[in-house]
Amino acid sequence: MATDVMAEPVAATGVKIKSELMQQRVRAAQLFLLPMLLALAVVAGWPLLRSIYFSFTDASLNDLDGAQWIGFGNYLRWQTLESGAVRYRGVLADPAWWNAVWNTMRFAVVSVSLEAVLGMGVALVLNAEFRGRGIVRAAILIPWAIPTIVSAKMWSWMLNDQFGILNDLGMRLGLLSQKVAWTATAETAMQAVLVVDIWKTTPFMALLILAGLQMVPKDIYEAADLDGVHPVKQFFRITLPLVRPALMVAIIFRLLDALRIFDLIYVLTPNSSATKTMSVLARENLFDFDKFSYGSAMSTLLFLIIAILTILYIWLGKVRFDGGDR
Amino acid sequence: MASIELRNIRKAFGAVEVIKGVDLQVRKGEFMVFVGPSGCGKSTLLRLISGLEDITSGEMLFDGKVVNSLAPSKRGIAMVFQSYALYPHMTVYENMAFGLTLEKGTSKDEIRKRVERAADMLQIGQYLDRLPKQLSGGQRQRVAIGRAITRDPKVFLFDEPLSNLDAALRVATRIEIAKLHEEMNNVTMIYVTHDQVEAMTLADRICVLRDGLVEQVGTPMELYETPNSVFVAGFIGSPKMNFISGDKAKPFNAETVGIRGEHITIVPSGGTWSGTVIHTENLGADSYVYLEMGTEEPVVVRLEGANSYKSGDTVHISPMEGKIHRFDGAGKPIL
Ligand SMILES: Nc1ncnc2c1ncn2[C@@H]1O[C@H](COP(=O)(O)OP(=O)(O)OP(=O)(O)O)[C@@H](O)[C@H]1O
Ligand SMILES: [Mg+2]
Repeated sequence: MATDVMAEPVAATGVKIKSELMQQRVRAAQLFLLPMLLALAVVAGWPLLRSIYFSFTDASLNDLDGAQWIGFGNYLRWQTLESGAVRYRGVLADPAWWNAVWNTMRFAVVSVSLEAVLGMGVALVLNAEFRGRGIVRAAILIPWAIPTIVSAKMWSWMLNDQFGILNDLGMRLGLLSQKVAWTATAETAMQAVLVVDIWKTTPFMALLILAGLQMVPKDIYEAADLDGVHPVKQFFRITLPLVRPALMVAIIFRLLDALRIFDLIYVLTPNSSATKTMSVLARENLFDFDKFSYGSAMSTLLFLIIAILTILYIWLGKVRFDGGDR
Repeated sequence: MASIELRNIRKAFGAVEVIKGVDLQVRKGEFMVFVGPSGCGKSTLLRLISGLEDITSGEMLFDGKVVNSLAPSKRGIAMVFQSYALYPHMTVYENMAFGLTLEKGTSKDEIRKRVERAADMLQIGQYLDRLPKQLSGGQRQRVAIGRAITRDPKVFLFDEPLSNLDAALRVATRIEIAKLHEEMNNVTMIYVTHDQVEAMTLADRICVLRDGLVEQVGTPMELYETPNSVFVAGFIGSPKMNFISGDKAKPFNAETVGIRGEHITIVPSGGTWSGTVIHTENLGADSYVYLEMGTEEPVVVRLEGANSYKSGDTVHISPMEGKIHRFDGAGKPIL
């Protein structure tokens, strides 16, 4: 059969297509993008630039216009004392900041990993055919649809040490010997936050993965059945590689979200250094402690950390946003 | 090598019965083709044999052993899907080797040998490192067949493997499959198609299905020469058999008479019937003349070489001696 010998793929790089149609398409694309870029510049670009600018000044909340440029002072500055010892100041020398960085990272890694695993499980179940699948699919989204503030408050009551239903249940079932202040105790505060966040965002993760699962053709599972591939092997050798693109995109969405977590922690465990994240700390400095420029420096650092992690993730994970594989 | 026996096999999806009691024997090393109109249950029957679908009632035997509840992978079968069903994230080599790598006791060298042998057979050796999406439809089809070969099956199942290919490639791949059957002459093959040319050219025996039941089983020539119903007569052969009923069939003592286009001669005058030419088709080696003579569908006459009849001409025709098929009111042949 020499009828269909395929030509070697032609290297597409370096070929510049200059057809009129192409130019037309590019112009149309630019036109469509313009409004969004403008909106982004106004609501995201400008505030970001202002924050970065303030982080290099001595601005305070009641005197933003009189801010003076002080360079990197908010990030790191040092004094040599008379004794000869050097004293460091600034965000980078602030233990509270590094505690917040640690909290944020821990929260992001644990919550996103667990959400990915659980979300995959839920997605696999929702992808199977059973009666009432549509209703279950809709129902599972409820935790995600509830505003964070509402669900945080709801959980904070359930976790309450005096009146909370969880303590009550635990006592009645004999699982707890005494009531626990889940959100107020340093050891359990982070766990409490994680539980609520996972409860809330697993559905979202599941939905994104489900979309990927539905792209996987059914017939290859039949081929695998004929090949005698065990269902567990089918998952790891067929399903997982094929949903990987969707999974990677879902994880990055969640990672971006988790790194700037604020509302849940602010409501559920206010003022607990065990859960204070970068966003919470930055807000505290910006508005509560009247250290506006110091808070701006934190915000800027948070922005940098998220940007670097995202770029690393996309680069190392070879993430593609067009849904293709590899 | 395996013989397959189906005993009163039924399959229902919910309340709808799709296979309504099929009895069939497929012999060892035989090339059996299932044909029938769309929706008659060909694919379903094939999937029942493969084990991908559960049998509702009846018995399925491989080499005399009941396999009703045996897992697909343990039946010694390989299947080529209409949609190819290649693993999109694996190279051609990995696609062909995947099933083998999971089998215990098959060494890497042995796997490589088997894959390469199959690749040579199908001339896909140079594509082993490509992903399925980098192949043309015909190449993918051959990879799917290659994957089936590497499994070294006792039974080969094909579900309309050529329906996604263009005409030229269909012919080429059809020949390929025929060669494959010769080379692996102890492998039983079951092939689903609704293309009756494929059925006629490939089959040792053809099983004509209709509405979930077996209509007739026999060699291509048996079906062509002695169809046991109007349905089979009309389904096998191209162009389709002409059916003439009513008054024009009376002289033959039949409700309906069937006569193939190639068994009609045009006579200068007289003849058994006459009609008006409404259309002619020239295919080079032969040509078709369509006649309007009061039948449900126009009567087709097949002539060797080109012809010079024009629309509106009146022609007289006679059936060749002994080539008439007579059917009664129930569509059964009168012998
Ligand atoms: N999973 C299923 N659930 C319900 N009905 C089904 C299912 N699979 C097939 N059917 C029905 O069974 C009948 C036979 O289907 P099948 O696919 O076997 O037809 P086929 O002969 O292969 O047709 P085609 O030539 O179009 O492929 C059809 O009426 C179809 O609607
Ligand atoms: Mg079919």
